[in-house]
Amino acid sequence: MVTAQSHAGKGSFDLHDVSVTYGSETAIAGVSMHIEPNAVTALIGPSGCGKSTLLRCLNRMNDELGNAKVAGRILLDGVDVYDKEYDPVELRTKVGQVFQKPNPFPMTIYDNVAYGPRTQGIRKRSDLDALVERSLTRAALWGEVKKDLKKHAFELSGGQQQRVCIARALATEPEVLLMDEPASSLDPISTQQIEDTIAELKEYVTIVIVTHNMQQAARISDKTAFMLRESMEEPAFLVEVGETRTMFTNPGDKRTEAYITGRFG
Amino acid sequence: MNRIKRARTVQTVAVAITGAAAAFIIAAALFLFVYIVVRGAPAISWEFLTDVPRKQMKEGGILPAIVGTLALTLGTAAFALPIGVAAGIYLSEYAPRGRSTRLIRLAISNMAGVPSIVYGLFGLALFVILLDLGKSILAGALTLACLTLPVIITATEEALRQIPSDLRQASLALGATRWRTIYRIVLPAAAPGIVTGSILGLSRAAGETAPILFTAAVYYKRQMPDSVFADVMVLPYHIFILATQVTGRPDDIIWGTALVLVGGVTAISVAAATWRSIQRRKVRW
Ligand SMILES: Nc1ncnc2c1ncn2[C@@H]1O[C@H](COP(=O)(O)OP(=O)(O)O)[C@@H](O)[C@H]1O
Ligand SMILES: [Mg+2]
Repeated sequence: MVTAQSHAGKGSFDLHDVSVTYGSETAIAGVSMHIEPNAVTALIGPSGCGKSTLLRCLNRMNDELGNAKVAGRILLDGVDVYDKEYDPVELRTKVGQVFQKPNPFPMTIYDNVAYGPRTQGIRKRSDLDALVERSLTRAALWGEVKKDLKKHAFELSGGQQQRVCIARALATEPEVLLMDEPASSLDPISTQQIEDTIAELKEYVTIVIVTHNMQQAARISDKTAFMLRESMEEPAFLVEVGETRTMFTNPGDKRTEAYITGRFG
Repeated sequence: MNRIKRARTVQTVAVAITGAAAAFIIAAALFLFVYIVVRGAPAISWEFLTDVPRKQMKEGGILPAIVGTLALTLGTAAFALPIGVAAGIYLSEYAPRGRSTRLIRLAISNMAGVPSIVYGLFGLALFVILLDLGKSILAGALTLACLTLPVIITATEEALRQIPSDLRQASLALGATRWRTIYRIVLPAAAPGIVTGSILGLSRAAGETAPILFTAAVYYKRQMPDSVFADVMVLPYHIFILATQVTGRPDDIIWGTALVLVGGVTAISVAAATWRSIQRRKVRW
């Protein structure tokens, strides 16, 4: 039997002087921050300022691009995840990701959600059933699909597909969930549902979410990090990170204030 | 006003020309097919399909050639499919972007351009003589596999390329290895394209004469092959022999043999296309 893990207090990141270079172009540099466990951290900033790049450092998906080089130190609960001995495949079972566009696999809803656990070698039907139900419940989709688990995931609406993807990421029981503009391709109602889901999820996982939507960041996050790239010749950097409420009411940096009040970006 | 009128005329002419080209192709294909059926059908009988050639091949059937072609095609598939699909996977999923990969691709497209008679010579030198396989199903299948490989590799690579990289990312981000991502997500999604492309390549191989001329085909043989080291009669070569070497050209049998070859190849292609369209309905993005 698989027991419900709650990883409470686990899933904190510490970044020290992180930079990422694509070929000869340094996209982000000098990023140092702490990411709190069981909280929602929003990454905001104008398009092209390296939010996705920074996010992909946390599960080492940058490794897969082939042209990205990551420097600096990134610790997950004190362990350097870029250590030579550290296996990125193992990291990704602890740090899941939801992408910008819903990308369910071309298979049934059940098989989509069970993919991660099966990858980890879980074969017992009752274990898989329990994981699928729990993950879909946490993604707020169980009620809608419990009778249709054998349905092809492509038959669902965009919002439902994205929640299948959230359930799929949750099924490996990660400590951290990375979300890269998860609602940007969805209609307002689906967006609302995803936001509600996120609020409930932080009980189980640490969430780092990229969004270009200020109101969304203000609504759903506990911490906000603001990134900026001032010119194409220079890499992007972290302007500041702090309590979301403070960032939106009383930002410490003029550039944050300018961005939040919509003067650029 | 004038300009719009002219544009509309050009548009009409363009539709007419492209439409005519399409109609011509359909007509040519239809004519070819109907002609083969009309000329070949009279020869087709149970005896024709199950008997050996008799009376200097002017009577009897073509069973040995059917069996020979089947054996060669299956043998070709056995070598070309695993190697071709594996190479396609490597090129699409693993190969680093660089000089050496470009070189491999160049080699493959050159391979596709080599005339089939040259493959025949190559097969004779390498498989028949150097590896001492003799004139045999094995040597012929290996030769045909070389000829078919570029088609299968390219088909596999193309089919894999069609799969959105989103799916790969999703799988990797769930803690799957590259290989698991390929065989659980990418390959199943690409299977219809791979199968269709491979069948096209194998159909071509089944109809080739030049590559097996020196490596597998014999003029006449009543016995069924008893091992992969046996030489065999094959349909395309049989047609050639009947048309050029047999006195008083037995037209019936020639066209009947052609019909069997074309019919068999077409049946397999249609089966593959049907399967593919069923898969398509299940998988779409
Ligand atoms: N795979 C890549 N290869 C090369 N450059 C990239 C790649 N991904 C992102 N970049 C570059 O890095 C910078 C930051 O991009 P990104 O992280 O996508 O920003 P954001 O998510 O904030 O819009 C951009 O200049 C972009 O062109
Ligand atoms: Mg982005």
